[in-house]
Amino acid sequence: MDTLVAQYSRPAFENEGYAQDDDQQLITQITPPLSLKFALPPVAQSSSWLRAMTDDYSNPNCPIKIAHGTTTLAFRFQGGIIVATDSRATAGNWIASQTVKKVIEINSCLLGTMAGGAADCQYWLAYLGMQCRLHELRHKRRISVAAASKILANLVYSYKGMGLSMGTMCAGVTPQEGPALYYIDSDGTRLSGNLFCVGSGQTFAYGVLDAEYKYDLTEEEALELGRRSILAATHRDAFSGGFINLYHVKEDGWVKHGFNDTNPIFWKTKLEKGEFSNVTSKLV
Amino acid sequence: MEVLLGITGKDFTIIAASKGAMRGVTILKATDDKTRELNKRTLMAYSGEAGDTVQFAEYIQANIQLYSMRNGMHLSPAATAEFVRGELARALRSRHPYTVNLLLGGYDDISDRPTLYWCDYLASLAPLPYAAHGYAQYYCLSILDKHHHPDIDFAKGMQILRMCTDELKRRMPIDFKGMTVKVIAKDGIREEEYVDDKPVPCA
Repeated sequence: MDTLVAQYSRPAFENEGYAQDDDQQLITQITPPLSLKFALPPVAQSSSWLRAMTDDYSNPNCPIKIAHGTTTLAFRFQGGIIVATDSRATAGNWIASQTVKKVIEINSCLLGTMAGGAADCQYWLAYLGMQCRLHELRHKRRISVAAASKILANLVYSYKGMGLSMGTMCAGVTPQEGPALYYIDSDGTRLSGNLFCVGSGQTFAYGVLDAEYKYDLTEEEALELGRRSILAATHRDAFSGGFINLYHVKEDGWVKHGFNDTNPIFWKTKLEKGEFSNVTSKLV
Repeated sequence: MEVLLGITGKDFTIIAASKGAMRGVTILKATDDKTRELNKRTLMAYSGEAGDTVQFAEYIQANIQLYSMRNGMHLSPAATAEFVRGELARALRSRHPYTVNLLLGGYDDISDRPTLYWCDYLASLAPLPYAAHGYAQYYCLSILDKHHHPDIDFAKGMQILRMCTDELKRRMPIDFKGMTVKVIAKDGIREEEYVDDKPVPCA
């Protein structure tokens, strides 16, 4: 009975949009060009092994130090989606880089953000970009943000418990969905929403963003709010800093609004607006 | 600190789930829906390990719907519950168990009775007149023990649910951001508006 059912139970939509068997061959026989079978360390519990090798907190001499610590944010508003990040990468207490691009341009309408393990995020968002392009070629239309985010969520879920570390947001505008924003993390969580902050500086960014956020923000207000929220986080969180990377996702694709050093922005904000009054500008 | 509550009455089952999605010290979403419709008269509410929950719920949902398509009939709530338990038990003995706690609310159109099943991540299954998961058990089961009767009407059911959520708001240290309330009855599943704007003072 089961073999009989199996014979007739191919998904009905499989033939949709394809001429006949020749094209069919293409999708059913393609193996992912990027092999998803990684060589794993020959240990019983790969996650606990990785933790022992990388836990800087309990063992400062641990052999592998993973780049961590970030502030990233994205929010939806009347004019699209604002995506903003800092640019610092830290490995333990060491600042490994101040010029990291934490916004990953998946395609002209889709952005991903990067928090957690830098390598994990870069690698898997690049992989997501590839899958999105393949979807585009197979179906002759751009992938929805919901589908793209689910590819990533299912992918990281399949590696659950093996030590992946990433907290990412997918932002994009498609004709079907309008502006859409998703949060995906390495636990396998995938949430849609209007506003997310991710990373060690998230609480500081949420503080500024929640207080002044409303959906009806103008474009200038929204960009300024995104910038100011990242600034707040870079000021208070030791693991965030460097440059503010700002993007605006609109109907016809994303627009980059600069990669600006936080230091002059901080002093401009302080001296012109009188904020950050706990910091003295005089030499005492 | 996720809250799941289930109450049956004479012709309905109420399933309530908290709306907060928390990660670490942050509430990521305050309008999360921790329920999935399995078929016309079965609803599953879930809580537990991030990622596992939705993954398991959607896996079950897809398989229950596949059953309906293949056989042209719906699986009864009792059969659904046994299937869910079986899948959870099978996963429990694998390398990747699902750490998910469940409430299954249904309406059995053969016996014409509302049903409620409680299932934890160790795949213990129990049919119950009322049920809760997590810390909500400590606060709510005593209230339900006192006020619940099998033949209560819908208004009384909602009134008891309100007593439970008020107690949770009063005594739980973490804000769970209110509840989504869904009702399973003979005519299907509907979402019930659940106003949650009154502060509950601590006596």
